Amino acid sequence: MSLNKLTIKEAGQGLRGRDFSSEELTKACFEEIDGKNVGLNAFVELDREGALEQARAVDEKLAGGEELPILAGVPCAVKDIINTKGVRTTCCSPILRDFVPPYDATVVEKLKEQGMVMLGKTNLDEFACGASTEHSFFGVTKNPHNVKCVAGGSSGGSAAAVAADMCVYSVGTDTGGSIRQPASFCGVYGLKPTYGRVSRSGVTSMASSWDTIGPIAKSVEDIALVMQAIAGRDRRDLTTLDVAVPDYSSFLNGNVKGLKIGLPKEYFGEGVKKEVTDLVMNVVEKLRESGAIVKEVSLPMTKYAVAVYYITMPAELSANLERFDGVRYGKKPVKPSDDLVDYYFKARGEGFGDEIKRRIMIGTYVLSAGYYDAYYKKAQKVRTLIIRDFERVFEEVDVLAAPVSPFPAFEIGELVDDPLAMYMADVLTIPANAAGIPAISCPVGNTIAGLPVGLQFMAPQFEEGRLLTAASVLENL
Amino acid sequence: MIDESTVRHVSKLARIDLTDGEVRKFSGQLEKVFGYMEILNEVDVLGAAETSQVTGLKNVTEKDEIVRGQAGRGELLKCTELPVDSNQIRVSRAVK
Repeated sequence: MSLNKLTIKEAGQGLRGRDFSSEELTKACFEEIDGKNVGLNAFVELDREGALEQARAVDEKLAGGEELPILAGVPCAVKDIINTKGVRTTCCSPILRDFVPPYDATVVEKLKEQGMVMLGKTNLDEFACGASTEHSFFGVTKNPHNVKCVAGGSSGGSAAAVAADMCVYSVGTDTGGSIRQPASFCGVYGLKPTYGRVSRSGVTSMASSWDTIGPIAKSVEDIALVMQAIAGRDRRDLTTLDVAVPDYSSFLNGNVKGLKIGLPKEYFGEGVKKEVTDLVMNVVEKLRESGAIVKEVSLPMTKYAVAVYYITMPAELSANLERFDGVRYGKKPVKPSDDLVDYYFKARGEGFGDEIKRRIMIGTYVLSAGYYDAYYKKAQKVRTLIIRDFERVFEEVDVLAAPVSPFPAFEIGELVDDPLAMYMADVLTIPANAAGIPAISCPVGNTIAGLPVGLQFMAPQFEEGRLLTAASVLENL
Repeated sequence: MIDESTVRHVSKLARIDLTDGEVRKFSGQLEKVFGYMEILNEVDVLGAAETSQVTGLKNVTEKDEIVRGQAGRGELLKCTELPVDSNQIRVSRAVK
């Protein structure tokens, strides 16, 4: 078996058994990247020297008999919206095309403490705004299962890199579905943690009250291992909570006997492709046979989540991107004006792509005088009702199971000129972000056309363990 | 109604230069997006509070201590393309 195809667990065991070195494992990943990245466009930046240096350092320690964390020497890819000290971090935006961060994001710092080998940075929709990675300054990421299709978004590069075995695992961000949807499109696992479970420090903010950071991997066990390393309170992000981090691997006990699984009927309704529903229900049936108690539940506010999201998210985004003015952050305009305000207009007009301009316009409009109450305030109230929906059903069931996306990966170009249709692609993933609850995307098989389909489990805040239990049973069905 | 003049007005508030082509394109697209937002009028929000934070955080105070940032002044100044003078960035004139 090629080394780059290993899971974290397998790689960790191989490294400890001296079956191969981290340098060999890292080189195997770079060989795969060299063979596939021209076609897939998953990576936008590589750090060969840095990665090999990190790998050799781990090899030396292992040779010296040192006990190292399981992630030590295992190659990882990092979404290019997460700061990596000394390695270009662009958010796939023209306005940051030359930016080299002077410090690491907390999540990178934590993974480095574990001995991570960082291969490079992965593609995304500009500032994580999109569901297809088509809005990237570096061009679209293609789906490893069918290169005519998108890999999903916004963490399309991170999901494709894992699916194509160009890395062992990756890290992405999920504001409205950006980990789960690409993971489902590419046939890998992706976890969106509880809001505040993983530090956002050093990750460029998109919508601050929605943003989360989490792993994409080849197995549920790997998801647990990465979560163990990155979860926890961080004084640099005061929205992280002082809630004890459990031993995530202890939830992989493979037992769903008596676990109450709710099927929200709104997630199986109009607009969801039958092939997707059939694959998801096939697995749910098997979980029932394994002892889970399955019942239908209702989340009536589901259909309003897209509207809530596309009002409050652009509002937060437009405020967060205000600092990209060519002075505080971002490139200066090609022909800088002598007038400062004119300079800002030019820097932002040249520096942002289409989708970002669109969302800044939406956000500015809903926050402007006369529209604030009608749009922004109203959406914040409906968000409360979405949260109440979840609180009510979680009194009845332990987890919810549903499709991740109404359809499998779509063709490149199919939705790109119709923003509203693209926004609707997030309809089943947004509610979990609205309520700040964790959710995991698990592959459940392929369509007749050969495209992967994902099932998501959702659980109450800080109950990632329940997701891991359910997902680990599903994995072994 | 998101017509071209509204788009131009909002682009001024957002401080973004838009081309005439962008103004035309965005007005059509945003009209459709805001048309969809009307769906929220169906919802009765009487008695519902506004959610701006989902985990129940409250404001707290910390000890008044200096905490060093992850990057020093010199490293931060290296991030700008603009001329640096006496530890400051020189920008275009703001007041005439």
